[in-house]
Amino acid sequence: MTILNIDSVSKSFDGFRAINDLNLAIDKGELRAIIGPNGAGKTTMMDLITGRIRPDRGTLFFDTTHDLTRLDEAGTARLGIGRKFQKPTVIESLTVAENIDLALAGPRDVWSALRGPHGKSAVKERARLLDLVRLPDPDLLAGALSHGQKQWLEIAMLLAQKPRLLLVDEPAAGMTDAETMRTAELLRSLAGEHSIVVVEHDMDFVRALDCRVTVLHQGHVLAEGPLDHVSRNPEVIDVYLGR
Amino acid sequence: MRLIDRNMTVFLGGLFILTVAIPLMQGNILPGYAIQLAGKYLCYALLAVALDLVWGYAGILSLGHGAFFALGAYVMGMHLMREIGTRGVYANPELPDFMVFLNWDSLPWYWLASGSFAATLALILLVPGCLAFVFGWFAFRARVSGVYLSIITQAMTYALMLAFFRNEMGFGGNNGLTDFKDLLGVSLSSPEMRLVLFIASALALAGGLLLARAITASHLGRVLVAIRDAESRTRFLGYRVEHYKLFVWTVSAMMAGVAGALYVPQVGIVNPGEFAPANSIEVVIWVALGGRGTLAGAALGAIMVALTRTLLTGWLPDAWLYALGALFILVTLYLPKGIVGALGDLRPARKQSKEVPA
Repeated sequence: MTILNIDSVSKSFDGFRAINDLNLAIDKGELRAIIGPNGAGKTTMMDLITGRIRPDRGTLFFDTTHDLTRLDEAGTARLGIGRKFQKPTVIESLTVAENIDLALAGPRDVWSALRGPHGKSAVKERARLLDLVRLPDPDLLAGALSHGQKQWLEIAMLLAQKPRLLLVDEPAAGMTDAETMRTAELLRSLAGEHSIVVVEHDMDFVRALDCRVTVLHQGHVLAEGPLDHVSRNPEVIDVYLGR
Repeated sequence: MRLIDRNMTVFLGGLFILTVAIPLMQGNILPGYAIQLAGKYLCYALLAVALDLVWGYAGILSLGHGAFFALGAYVMGMHLMREIGTRGVYANPELPDFMVFLNWDSLPWYWLASGSFAATLALILLVPGCLAFVFGWFAFRARVSGVYLSIITQAMTYALMLAFFRNEMGFGGNNGLTDFKDLLGVSLSSPEMRLVLFIASALALAGGLLLARAITASHLGRVLVAIRDAESRTRFLGYRVEHYKLFVWTVSAMMAGVAGALYVPQVGIVNPGEFAPANSIEVVIWVALGGRGTLAGAALGAIMVALTRTLLTGWLPDAWLYALGALFILVTLYLPKGIVGALGDLRPARKQSKEVPA
């Protein structure tokens, strides 16, 4: 069973083909790494999946029935797609706990928000998540966290949404080696329960993920398979790894 | 988060004391017009709170909030015109003087409800609220934000000013609405009415502050801050940003309308100058001075600037605009968080100053 189906999708910006006849299928519970040189269309692909932009051609389906091309960012988020940006984006002037509270699954409309925060179960869930990403002080302002801690807070926020599909953009950027390995470990442990797509440049990190790899090039899938397999592919070496 | 925090306690306490003290001191320690003047300041303060709600918390820098204030003012002004009745120059029982002067033979349809005080109260909220809703609906859905939104709010108030200058609009053209006699049968110049309007302004300010605080202290307030600081992130968390902006924008416009409606009977006139872009920009200065995102600070900033203007225009009339400009530059350079924000930073040992282990 697939959670995400991208079928013959193309997207151009002012004549530049960012995504060119892209086909990609992610299984339920799968962990998938996507690699590719700059401009390969990784971010555009994420924008398409999350409804930020619409494809010129092709279809995107979530859980086989939901047409992603009809939804905006909030719509795809409510459907169960969580997205982590490359640059850690947490709400810096709110505390760690408040950041998690914003992300916790629940109603998102104005009136529910006015009525107040979530109940007791939310407090337990928040504590569980902060424990998972090892952030001990919930009352600290998010802006005071280190770069790596912000990345984890954002991952915790992502999990708080209870997403079925996680899109993670370069999580290891700016992390120390130890933090990078812990992040890989965390993502591996989350696979199964969630389906995860990781876009990454760091080859050690991709190796540590130990999963199926898709190589993107000029908005098209160049190769797919285990890392050892794709890294022997001469085309892949030519456009990406060999440089 | 508590509804009444420290700033709010101090401000509301101070407001209460002044509301009691000013009427007692008028005529002996303070000049005879003190109540009227103070009532006017309180209306400015409420307008500042309205702007702070959208600018300080949702990051919407409105350069057109004076328009909502002026619309509330015109709605009230229309009712006051109708109360003049046969005491006008032309003694027409139905038509205000300017309509008789323009040879109109009946009230335009949009003046029909102005005869009723209850309808006027409703329209004070509805007219600014509806304009804000329609404006916000288009602007926020189209994801207009930042400086572009500021520019179109400015254009909105400018366009309204030009429209209200026209005699054919039916709002008294460049003279606006004036020569008011009484409200609910009581003369506007009577000490009792002045006291009532002053106390009503104080209550409206306190109510506006508490409403704004209730919104910003709720979970919705967290969402607004998230939108202000990371709008895109907030969308990807599943929040429809445009709905939140529209909500707080409309509430804020209504609050500004109430401020305008209380202002008119205390100053005795409303004209298209109220829509002038400069007025709206001055509101931004009040909020910046007092402290953006502090609510009580915004009110304080408005009162301080208004008081300074009253004093300076008395002593050195030519210096006022220079003083206002200098004030804005100095605040931007040396008090970026405003007075209340700077005071907050002086308080010892807050969480953000705690050392973080890497």
